[in-house]
Amino acid sequence: MSAEFLQYLFTGITIGAIYALVGLGFSIIYNASHVINFAQGEFLMIGGMCTVALVGTGLPMPVAILAAVAVTAVAGLALQKFAVAPARNAEVVTIIIITIGASIFLRGLVQLVWGKEFHALPAFSGDEPITIGGATILPQSLWVLGITLVIVVALSWFFNKTLLGKAILATSHNPDAAKLMGINTGFILLISFGLSAMLGAIAGILVAPITLTSYDVGIMLGLKGFVAAVLGGLGSGAGAIAGGLILGIAEAMAAGYISSDYKDAVPFVIILAILFFMPSGLFGLRGTERV
Amino acid sequence: MKPWSQIIGSLTLSLVALSPSAWAADNIKIGSFLAVTGPASFLGDPELKTLQMTIEEINAEGGVLGRQLELVHYDSQGSAGKARTFVKRLIDSDEVDVIVGGSASGETLAVIPLMERSGMPFVSLAGAVSIVDPVKRWVFKTPHTDRMAAGKIFAHMKQNGISQIAMISGTGGFGKSGLKQSKEVAGEYGIKILSSETYGPKDTDMTAQLTKIKNTAGVQAVLNFGFGQGPAIVTKNYKQLGIQVPLFQSHGVASKKYIELAGDAAEGVKLPASALLLAEQLPEGDAQKPVIMAYKQKYEARYNSPVSSFGGHALDGLMLVVNAMKQAGSTDKEAVRAALEQTRGYMGTAGEVNMSEKDHLGLDLTAFRMLEIRNGSWQMVN
Repeated sequence: MSAEFLQYLFTGITIGAIYALVGLGFSIIYNASHVINFAQGEFLMIGGMCTVALVGTGLPMPVAILAAVAVTAVAGLALQKFAVAPARNAEVVTIIIITIGASIFLRGLVQLVWGKEFHALPAFSGDEPITIGGATILPQSLWVLGITLVIVVALSWFFNKTLLGKAILATSHNPDAAKLMGINTGFILLISFGLSAMLGAIAGILVAPITLTSYDVGIMLGLKGFVAAVLGGLGSGAGAIAGGLILGIAEAMAAGYISSDYKDAVPFVIILAILFFMPSGLFGLRGTERV
Repeated sequence: MKPWSQIIGSLTLSLVALSPSAWAADNIKIGSFLAVTGPASFLGDPELKTLQMTIEEINAEGGVLGRQLELVHYDSQGSAGKARTFVKRLIDSDEVDVIVGGSASGETLAVIPLMERSGMPFVSLAGAVSIVDPVKRWVFKTPHTDRMAAGKIFAHMKQNGISQIAMISGTGGFGKSGLKQSKEVAGEYGIKILSSETYGPKDTDMTAQLTKIKNTAGVQAVLNFGFGQGPAIVTKNYKQLGIQVPLFQSHGVASKKYIELAGDAAEGVKLPASALLLAEQLPEGDAQKPVIMAYKQKYEARYNSPVSSFGGHALDGLMLVVNAMKQAGSTDKEAVRAALEQTRGYMGTAGEVNMSEKDHLGLDLTAFRMLEIRNGSWQMVN
């Protein structure tokens, strides 16, 4: 009984951490521009696919990972520079639609270059499951959890302690005032796209050994990550983490205790309930502006 | 000088334009619609390549009934709506003699009424039982059905003393149909399905479902009916949880990709598949071996990619039609249809085909072989 519960919990936390990482990416761009970047899932996909392709050419794994993160960051910068920036005077909704277009474009591009097949990335430190109290967890899941934790700490330091991070937050709160204070808001937007692309790539590479990767892996993960971000309150880092974990654990528990046929419905019911009572999400503050 | 060169030019042009159509009048037109691009392209791509390769080869040997074969092909992208449009075009404006095509079950089912109405002999390359059950006058098919796959697995389980199993299946079309067919035939083999779990086609973790199965008392084996990456993740999770009872997969994973994706976890997994996968391992004297080896060598030499059972279905479909035309001695539609129905003892890549008025598929369980994955490769088991 308790081993069973523990297994569901491990499963939930692993999936939840992935959703949380994706949700964080949404939050960064939202913070800087109030834009929801629906190409976030594609950053994940590019990170994973790129690593697979580079490992395939014989590069050692760590080099391939660094290169893949760099490629994805460039993709993020390019997305901002060539698709989002030219429309900077447009409304937020228009820019959101542009990101949807970009996500379709990126999927098509990867499909052309690397094909439609699924690919597997070898786990970072073996496939031997670790047994804890009768339940098992894969070493790769620990990697996911550990790196998620590191990223969360690093991001909170970045936003609260560094000038650049504070500039991003300032731009988010009031772009005009930020400009008057000498902040180059265009540059801030560029940086935030690059940063969130890097984050997406890291998430994509971390999960590739668990979920496998293909040109359309970003659709589902992107959507769940978005839900996690909304659940926790858009723009809030802690919110994205909490939202992701709640979503993942709810799914696993529903599959285990209720029925696997309804496992996708249960978390959505929870989300509706939470958003009904807390429209700005768990950690969102400015209720009237939020989803 | 100038007018002359213009006249000669236009003459040559019209000659060039005329010659193919003058040719085409005598050609036997084979119509086809396949999902060459889109999500089901892994089906349509090898199917089209196989049709092109085989037709070229038949033409080089003098064609059929002294006439050349001509392939008229459209890419349906796996969409039922597009398939209907293309089939109408094949029947009405291309005036083909016969249609071999339909990569996926959905597009095949959508065009059956058109074939029946206009009396067009049609050989489908899709899996669903409902294509030929109940029997339709003009519709035939070549691949084995998921019901047969389930039957083969259950027969193997029974032989090995397994009678209580759990199932985990995908919620996509293939998994759903597989689950339904499995439930229907399980009783015939004395198999009891104690628990049945599902997962979505894009799910990334199935440990919760498998934990539930692990804790179900009395389960002697687990059967996973699914397609794509799902079964590979199930296999990995299965190993992670250390479930000891044997894992069976369906013919949906019968490709090297599955072994590559699931890695070590795939060791010991058993599944039914067409003989094409273990061409080299078939014993000498197996009647299917020469057919399969010939196709495999030609295909792999020409396209430099491994054969799949899907391409084999296209080869079987085309050859059935060609044989029927030879048998009938004409391309008259009713004569070809009747001859198709009379097919006896045709050895194809999917097995021996024996059609009848009541059976427009003509395969039996021997068409499937049980395989086990050992050392990253297929091994035949009995």
